[in-house]
Amino acid sequence: MSVLVFIESDNGNIKKSSLEAVSFGAGIAKQEGSTVTALVLGLVEDSQLGALGMAGASKILHAKEERLNTPSIMAYASAISQVLEQTGATTLVLAQSALATPAGARAAVKAGAAIVSNVIELPVVEGGQFKVKRGIFTGKAFETLNVEADKRVLVVKKNAVELKADGGEAVVEEVAVSLSDGDFVLKVLETHKQEGDVLLPEAEIVVSGGRGLKGPENWGIIEDLASSLGAATGCSKPVSDMDWRPHHEHVGQTGIKVSPNLYIAVGISGAIQHLAGVNSSKCIVVINKDPEAPFFKAADYGIVGDAFEVLPKLTEAIKAVKS
Amino acid sequence: MKILVCITHVPDTTSKIAFTDNNTKFDSSGVQYIIGPYDDYALARAVELKEAHGGSVTVLNVGTAESEPTIRKALAIGADEAIRVNAEPTDSFFVASQIAEVAKEGYDLILMGRESIDFNSGVVHALVGEMLGIVSVSPVMRLEVEGNTATMDREIEGGKQTIQIDLPFVAGCQEPIAEWKIPNMRGIMTARTKPLNVVEPVGGEKQVKLVDYELPAAKGAVKIVAQEEVNELVKMLQNEAKVL
Repeated sequence: MSVLVFIESDNGNIKKSSLEAVSFGAGIAKQEGSTVTALVLGLVEDSQLGALGMAGASKILHAKEERLNTPSIMAYASAISQVLEQTGATTLVLAQSALATPAGARAAVKAGAAIVSNVIELPVVEGGQFKVKRGIFTGKAFETLNVEADKRVLVVKKNAVELKADGGEAVVEEVAVSLSDGDFVLKVLETHKQEGDVLLPEAEIVVSGGRGLKGPENWGIIEDLASSLGAATGCSKPVSDMDWRPHHEHVGQTGIKVSPNLYIAVGISGAIQHLAGVNSSKCIVVINKDPEAPFFKAADYGIVGDAFEVLPKLTEAIKAVKS
Repeated sequence: MKILVCITHVPDTTSKIAFTDNNTKFDSSGVQYIIGPYDDYALARAVELKEAHGGSVTVLNVGTAESEPTIRKALAIGADEAIRVNAEPTDSFFVASQIAEVAKEGYDLILMGRESIDFNSGVVHALVGEMLGIVSVSPVMRLEVEGNTATMDREIEGGKQTIQIDLPFVAGCQEPIAEWKIPNMRGIMTARTKPLNVVEPVGGEKQVKLVDYELPAAKGAVKIVAQEEVNELVKMLQNEAKVL
């Protein structure tokens, strides 16, 4: 019995959500009296690995096979399931992402393990039961499941547990995995990625704009506020439908679901489909000039006012506090 | 080209969510059911591909007889035939096993939404891909097929990627892969006589068991801050909400 945590990296940097997944794994290990092993695939500098020990891993397995330097769902699933078998781990934890979620699902089939995704808090392990709580109906409800299988794969949502830094030093070992050409049949022709920005699903703070901004040329005030907070920028569905902003910034039922610590919505009325994408945020601030905007009912704090007046002032106030 | 489109039968996105039987059953009273919005995009694209390249579109639903109006709607939109696996779609592994069993028959493309909007597992396409030993891709925003090769755009964090793969494969779809299609009168009439085959599920073992459902705690009242007092808001975010 032990916990294996898959570590995802972006350009060689370990993602913060993966560190959270290690702390999540440590929370399970503590209850069942086992340990956490972190699995790192491909190119990640050794200097990055220390954070994994601090987050709660006692061992790090690093597969340095060159073909793993480029993320591939098929290859990652193969590598993960092989290491699952080698270590005899009974629980695999992955932080939800476009890469990790399907790789985890495929590894679950290979390993004959149960899969539970969209997990929102630490499982309760007691009396032979393994109870997991997950989000359903796009954040409008939760369900608790008892996982009856001997092996389980848990795909964890951001902010499910707090990132811990009270661990120690982890032992690092290299691990060999064998990959087949069948793992690499998908050809990547082109990748467009905005560099340097905070990734929306990873962000601690998100600032989103809606139709109230009146046009894409006015996004400067959203970007200024976001940069003063180190936040990612998002938008409502009409905004991405009108091509004011790219689709990967669309937050909502049919877009990205975010669960940041702070979500600031500017000029967004708060249709139920938008709320579905933000309702697991810890704190919601709504800025809208219409006091009847339904979003205020879902907010923690609100300002009834014109975004073009409020935002520059708010940005100044935040800069003043941060300096 | 033989296309299989897997659809879910789910509550409309504006539905109020409630539970009965001591929070162990979804309360479906007064709820409108629809084709899963993402599945609806997959279906629309499948119909377009059939119109462009020929072939057939089969819709598949794992569900009880209650799904049949939703399945008929998919037939009205342009699918040629339907299969319903007669079972409650309880968990993603079970549903994926049913889809894989049907898909074994041999399809060039297996399309579905990137996730269902009721249980949001978002893993069924990957599970089906692994069960069939073929590639799965999600979320797909553009899908073109030329001969035996598909070119797709998939969303990645902070951008998108153009990829190429030979058929067959599984794709989880999302907008803007196609515009939703609204069935016309002729479609609705012909849908009534298109074949809808009911098959029994395979395997029965469940990996997970429901303990109970839960609704989020009611939100406290919003604190309204005057627009001249942004400094107050910043203070509250720092000291009260502790999010700065």
